[in-house]
Amino acid sequence: MKSKFVPLGLIFFLILGTSGFVRAQDSDSVPNASDFSPAPGPLVYIIAAFVSLLSLAFWLLRLSSRLKKESNFPSPDKSDVEAHINDFEAGQLKKILDHKNYRKLNDSDKSDFLTKSLPIAFLIAFTAIEAHAQAPASTRSPAGSPGMIIMLVLIFIPLVATVFFICLKLSRLVRITHYRRIKQEARLLAEKLADANHMTAATHEILLQRKQALDFKLSNYELEGHMEAADRTGLLRNIAEVSSPRFISSKRSASPKHNIDPRLVKLILWYLGTAAFWLVLGTSIGEYMGIKFVSPDVDHVSWLSFGRLRPVHTNMVFWGWSSLAMIGLGYYVVPTVSNTPIANIKHGYVTLVLMNSAVVAGTLLLLNGINNGGGEYREYIWPAMALFASGIITTLYNFIRTVARRATKEIYISNWYIVAALMFLVVIVLVGYLPWWQNGLGETVVQGYYMHQAVGMWFMLFNLGLIYYFLPQQLNTPIYSYSLGILAFWTQILFYTTIGSHHFIFSAIPWWLQTVAIVGSMGMLIPVFSGTTNFLMTFRGNFYKIARTYTLPFYLVGIIFYFIGSTQGTAEAFRDTNLIWHFTDFAVAHSHITMYGIIAFLLWGFIYTLVPRLTGHEPRQSLVGAHFWLALIGILFYTIPLMIGGTLKGMSWMAGKPFIDGVMLMAPYWLWRAIGGSLMWTSHLFFAWNLYVMIAGRTEPDIREEIISQMDHLPVETNL
Amino acid sequence: MEIYNNHKVLFTVALVFFLTLTLFVAILPAANNQDQNAPLPNSKPLNPLETEGKAVFIAEGCTACHTQQVRNVEMDKVFGSRPSIAADYARNKRIDIWRNTATLMGSERTGPDLTDIGNRQPSDDWHLLHLFNPRSVVPASVMPSYAWLFDVKEYKSSDDVQVNVPANFREEITGNIVASHKVLALVAYLKSLKQTPLPSGKAVPIFLYGKKHQDENSTNTAGSSIAKPQFDGAALYAANCQSCHQENGEGLLGAFPALKGSKVVLDEDPDIQITIIMQGYNGRVSEGYGVMPPVGTNNSLKPEEIAAIINHERSSWGNKSRKVTEDEVRKIISQLKKQKITK
Repeated sequence: MKSKFVPLGLIFFLILGTSGFVRAQDSDSVPNASDFSPAPGPLVYIIAAFVSLLSLAFWLLRLSSRLKKESNFPSPDKSDVEAHINDFEAGQLKKILDHKNYRKLNDSDKSDFLTKSLPIAFLIAFTAIEAHAQAPASTRSPAGSPGMIIMLVLIFIPLVATVFFICLKLSRLVRITHYRRIKQEARLLAEKLADANHMTAATHEILLQRKQALDFKLSNYELEGHMEAADRTGLLRNIAEVSSPRFISSKRSASPKHNIDPRLVKLILWYLGTAAFWLVLGTSIGEYMGIKFVSPDVDHVSWLSFGRLRPVHTNMVFWGWSSLAMIGLGYYVVPTVSNTPIANIKHGYVTLVLMNSAVVAGTLLLLNGINNGGGEYREYIWPAMALFASGIITTLYNFIRTVARRATKEIYISNWYIVAALMFLVVIVLVGYLPWWQNGLGETVVQGYYMHQAVGMWFMLFNLGLIYYFLPQQLNTPIYSYSLGILAFWTQILFYTTIGSHHFIFSAIPWWLQTVAIVGSMGMLIPVFSGTTNFLMTFRGNFYKIARTYTLPFYLVGIIFYFIGSTQGTAEAFRDTNLIWHFTDFAVAHSHITMYGIIAFLLWGFIYTLVPRLTGHEPRQSLVGAHFWLALIGILFYTIPLMIGGTLKGMSWMAGKPFIDGVMLMAPYWLWRAIGGSLMWTSHLFFAWNLYVMIAGRTEPDIREEIISQMDHLPVETNL
Repeated sequence: MEIYNNHKVLFTVALVFFLTLTLFVAILPAANNQDQNAPLPNSKPLNPLETEGKAVFIAEGCTACHTQQVRNVEMDKVFGSRPSIAADYARNKRIDIWRNTATLMGSERTGPDLTDIGNRQPSDDWHLLHLFNPRSVVPASVMPSYAWLFDVKEYKSSDDVQVNVPANFREEITGNIVASHKVLALVAYLKSLKQTPLPSGKAVPIFLYGKKHQDENSTNTAGSSIAKPQFDGAALYAANCQSCHQENGEGLLGAFPALKGSKVVLDEDPDIQITIIMQGYNGRVSEGYGVMPPVGTNNSLKPEEIAAIINHERSSWGNKSRKVTEDEVRKIISQLKKQKITK
């Protein structure tokens, strides 16, 4: 294997060295190109030469030592025959035992002078070559002028090539010697086996025993016996026998319908239904905006212009889809882990109506060009947001009362996260909307705080609470570590609260505030790593379950994106990375990795887990699969091109290129984004259909229930 | 632990913890910045028309793609002569009882920064044409068209501002395309966006990550450094001139004159050409062309840069005219300055 890497490495280093040199030339001739790194040409050459020679030398050494070993193998003695018996297969042993005849073979004790002397000769040759190869490197002029570099390359290439070909030859020699040794060894052994004098009775006996052992076979009835199988304790359910190859493998079906208060079921389904409606509508708008990047003149209608649709899209998927789905799921999780019924179902409907009307009102206002001043995610003017916030307060009150009535002693970790998220959102909205600290630059400081807390302290925190219930439940295993959960909870509050200003690095806000935000972003690695570890370790030993359900893939993708998206956020916060990525489409990719990759995927996983248990109806598994794959491939098509394009755009800005160059270079990446967006959007249609099937139940009539109900109508025999 | 068994304690501790942090990273710094910064002495408040324009700017969500912050990093130098400071935002106040203070800084640059757009692009005609359909002046633009901010009139009155839209962007409109009050307000607001010079004596913040240390490195490698930096005329043209005169130098008929085959550009003597760049030009307004702003002065172009731009214009699109040296440019500019003083 090594022999393949050496030439590849060599080519790589040559290219690297040349490109370094070319770059150095470029940055000198173009004054605007801001190439921060010094020209690495000569240095790279020295390293390349050294490394390639070193690896060649290492290879040569290995070859010569192998050659030595191969040519000096000890000749096999008599005991070897027995030692080799265990290596033979049953069929081979049979042949040996059957062997009656033997042939005498001529001695062929060839002199191995050549093989012994070769490595030494090559070693001498190599050291000579190495000495030559080092010579030009040491006389290299420190100036590293282009002429000198070209000259060195010209000397260096044939030298390395020569050594390389010597190595090739030598490795062939080693192979031949090795083959010859095996043949010779085999011949000696065969002679001994065939020789009647060597084949003692004891050896024969060993051979026979070995053959018997190898011929042993199980009868397949050792454990089972010959009785018919019967499930007398009712342990088995959902037995599926598969006799034909499956194109789409069938997954485990959901556990049967649970006994939950039907009024609560109805409330949760209302939440999830309206959430799905906002998802489809909100992402349709997003999809349309993605098209506008490719074809900006698709319409000239004021209500559909990009600047107005953008906040409609973001706020709709935030406050409509994600928030409603989260609270709907919260209405199941909070009472369940408290082991008590929900305090008040009516309050749930109050929240439902308030939140939905906030989204309706906010959307209409935005389309009319009435917004709160343009701050991201707080574009709804305060009357609309006040509706939303009162909904949140109602639910907060309801959940805290439920937790207070819990039948368990401790408060399960899910409830810390969920209740904390609700409390914090109220604080965040108040800080973001109260007017007393918002003039001048105060607005910017608050904007940084608001936009990031809304994401991390509301969506992320609430979803973490949900996953601490649903993941162990789906895997049928306790959460890996409660302590890691505690650590993640407190460090999330400590660090996340401080990082908002990292959206305004290098802006006019105080330098110390920017630095605090960067440090906080770094600190976010602690809750992210401990959370990810906790979830993946809960998966440990259960990974085989992923392929058997249609829900767990959503969880796994969500957890992986939790790790990637959050760590990416930390990476983007530094001052150096801000130079490249700030203001570019990279940020758009990041926000979709997090709000879609993490939040939406987890919510889908939870919904597919929960709703069949509430209603007893399952979606078509192939359609859930279609939803999953379209969404996953879609988000990858969406984010990866934007990250590449965003990086290139940032680099073009740094190089001082005209602004319009950055717009033009984004064209292909924006096209890919539109394609990815279309896939994501299609997946939401599948999701909406699946949710409809789960709620409205277009499944087969249950034959068992049917039999019971038919029997009820039959006359009862009274003479029993 | 007891705290995890008592919901009152647990939730109170979490909330107080969060509130304390919020107070120190958001509320106090925000209040402090609000109170500690006054507008710069030379800055002017927006007049009523400009204030209306700002409202249009906010309503149309322009801030989704356009920032208004010159960061203190080298790459932002193209958007302003100095980094933005807190005082620049001091005039930004709450809009009305319904709406919060406008978010102007922005977080995305799908379009260019607008902090200093009033200096960079002071031409009304350009802005109106650009807003009617950005692609009519910048073919590669992805900005939305704001055609609904314009009226179509069969007969225009003398007060109306007519927009000379090129034929292929008229969308089969036969009447006169006239700017509405809203779009005029918006243009007034855009033109009001100018960086205020700092009062003398106040230290100007520097741009970070400049090219200084790079130069030091390149001089270390002997033989490969070039004594004088060469200015890229095509790139400078794209950044300063192209939005009106277009990449192909043909301008836009009826709005911006062509440089291809232009008498001024082909003139052996660069005097008029440089004068127009430095002082602007209104000689062809009667033909329907817009007023040219003093781009060279507004964008504080150096003589070397102007020479590169002029030579690009003189040698592109089939133009074949004498190349001009930096010294010539320097000389003409200093003469222009003298004339100004004597006037």
